[in-house]
Amino acid sequence: MSGKYDGESRTIIEASEGFGSLDLTELWQFREIIGFLALRDLQIRYKQSFLGVAWVVVQPLLTMALFAVLFGLLLGRDRMPTIEGVPYTISTFCALVPWTLFATALTASSNSLVSNQNLITKVYFPRLAIPIAPACAALVDFAAAFAVLLVMMAIYGIVPGAGLVAIPFFTLLAVASALALSLWLSALNAMYHDVRHVLPFIVQLGMFATPVVYTTAHLLGSQPAWVQTVYALNPMAAVVEGFRWALLGGPLPALDLLAGSCCGVAIALFGGLCFFRRMESTFADWV
Amino acid sequence: MTTAIRVEKLCKRFELGRSSQYLTLRESIAKVAAARLRGGGPERTGSSDPDDGFVWALRDVSFEIPKGQVVGILGGNGAGKSTLLKVLSRITEPTSGRAELRGRVASLLEVGTGFHPELTGRENVYLNGAILGMRKSEVRDRYDEIVSFAGVERFLDTPVKRYSSGMKMRLAFAVAAHLRSEIVIVDEVLAVGDNEFQRKCLGKMNAIAGEGRTVLFVSHNTALLSNLCERGLLLVDGELRTDAPIKEAVAEHLRTYERAATSDLLQRTDRAGEGELRLGAVEVFGTDGGHKGPPTPGGPVRFVFHVPDAPGAWDLQFMIYDQQGFPVASLDSRVPENARLSPDREGGPLICDVPELPLVPGCYRLNTALFHRGYLQDHLQGAAVFEVSEGTFDGRAVEAKRGSGTVLLRYRWVEAETMPCEVT
Repeated sequence: MSGKYDGESRTIIEASEGFGSLDLTELWQFREIIGFLALRDLQIRYKQSFLGVAWVVVQPLLTMALFAVLFGLLLGRDRMPTIEGVPYTISTFCALVPWTLFATALTASSNSLVSNQNLITKVYFPRLAIPIAPACAALVDFAAAFAVLLVMMAIYGIVPGAGLVAIPFFTLLAVASALALSLWLSALNAMYHDVRHVLPFIVQLGMFATPVVYTTAHLLGSQPAWVQTVYALNPMAAVVEGFRWALLGGPLPALDLLAGSCCGVAIALFGGLCFFRRMESTFADWV
Repeated sequence: MTTAIRVEKLCKRFELGRSSQYLTLRESIAKVAAARLRGGGPERTGSSDPDDGFVWALRDVSFEIPKGQVVGILGGNGAGKSTLLKVLSRITEPTSGRAELRGRVASLLEVGTGFHPELTGRENVYLNGAILGMRKSEVRDRYDEIVSFAGVERFLDTPVKRYSSGMKMRLAFAVAAHLRSEIVIVDEVLAVGDNEFQRKCLGKMNAIAGEGRTVLFVSHNTALLSNLCERGLLLVDGELRTDAPIKEAVAEHLRTYERAATSDLLQRTDRAGEGELRLGAVEVFGTDGGHKGPPTPGGPVRFVFHVPDAPGAWDLQFMIYDQQGFPVASLDSRVPENARLSPDREGGPLICDVPELPLVPGCYRLNTALFHRGYLQDHLQGAAVFEVSEGTFDGRAVEAKRGSGTVLLRYRWVEAETMPCEVT
């Protein structure tokens, strides 16, 4: 939609042509909406559930327990894929916290346009608020899970080092990666409902392509360098290993590869924004 | 006087069968393939002008509305009224053309506009404020006024999904009316709600206009429009047919309504029967207050059947079907108790009057069977389609909503002690 507030309160409505501009000032004017939508997402998720917010940690805890038992039986207790000196459970939970943030944000954002059709077809506000809000809601979940992680670390007597200050950066990278994908997927989802069937598959596949339930060193330790490079370009691999480095004293991710995947995310995010803005004028006709 | 809304050559094109339908990648591929394979398939109903699968909902609509004017938008179903409001509310983008609005736009497009069912009434008021671009503090200033106007004080912390449609509508109207906006767009919402609230709304709409806010108002209720608006825009098939003082626009609207109901049936080839006589036209209209108008629940309705060049008396049986295709009623001119039609009458039009239409709002169609000298002459499916608007039946307001059946009954509840009939 090329309509925009011009000065005080003049709105021009015209057919949009080309890719238009990536005008985010309007989104800023409407920033409270993002808060409302995020709040609503959280409420809907936990209002009518028995465990409520506990679900934020129940899911990663169960996943962690499952793989702990699985690898314990497969590989033996002393050969678990974890970083040195850290119990497998902590290493895995530490990875599951940012991974769950990514997976929740990706799923909810990609489905957001379809699940908000009652708003899209009746009121106007910058449509970008719709996929961004679930990512914000996922951050709230993340904060709760992160607190549990800190408690678990305290129980095992693990004290994070100075790397802790890098956590906001890696968190931001996880959210940016989720948005970079979901801006594309949400717009496509409005047109082709196939996306919602593909989505759980993408998330599942992604979890195994990311060193969540194992560490990169265990998987690729003996592989040639180029395999390791390709693998590290997955921004979520950088996020997960970054979390392990910052909190548990794991190996520092290779900085050049980290920079590479950051650039990749930035490009995908920018492309996603342009694509979303290009398509948004037709959402109300499609959903 | 400054201009609040300026619309220039606005066009909106829709692809047929696309809106509100699930579309998968496979389907869109299949659709392209099917379109190539389909030759003379069954005729599609409801599409006014399928030029290559497109329908123009708005064609070259231009008008200008000065600040503070209250304007009614008239037109039949599918004339483009709602599309126009949606474009002006920025829900959907025009295909071409341009509109310029001065001021914030509060639109009330359907009951519960922009409400989220899971949020409470209070949260929804703030959400709507945010949608209008208002700060929280600004909403707070008007909050009490909104709540008392809507009369939902007791339910503020209840999720809106548990509100009745009347409550939702009251709150939605209160929000649109009280939140800061220079332009208010209202689509056919005052039909809902009890009479008292309707009066309150009308008073508020007048007050809004008095404050210098501009109001665009869509309704099927022409009496309401005549009362409230000074100017009327009549849309016919997406084109702006009339832009005139409201009384003239309403009169023109009723004339188009008549014309549409008497379209030429003789062109149709999908008919059965002997074919000596053919039904030429069917008119269905409400006759409430002595004027032709849309049929209303509880109002008188007249069905007029025309057969050109009929050599003598003919009979007609017709069946009314609801939107789902279920038969609702069968009416026959040959029933013995119908003593009004003499057997040696001339071959003029047949008129069937229903004094009180017991049908809920919605779309209905007629199948007709024409008889002459004991033979079925002409059988037509969908000979006429008519729309029952919202109204009152037996003192109750009847609104368009799903799941309320098709037929309206007169009824009274009685207490056991005062039961008039004896029970043995």
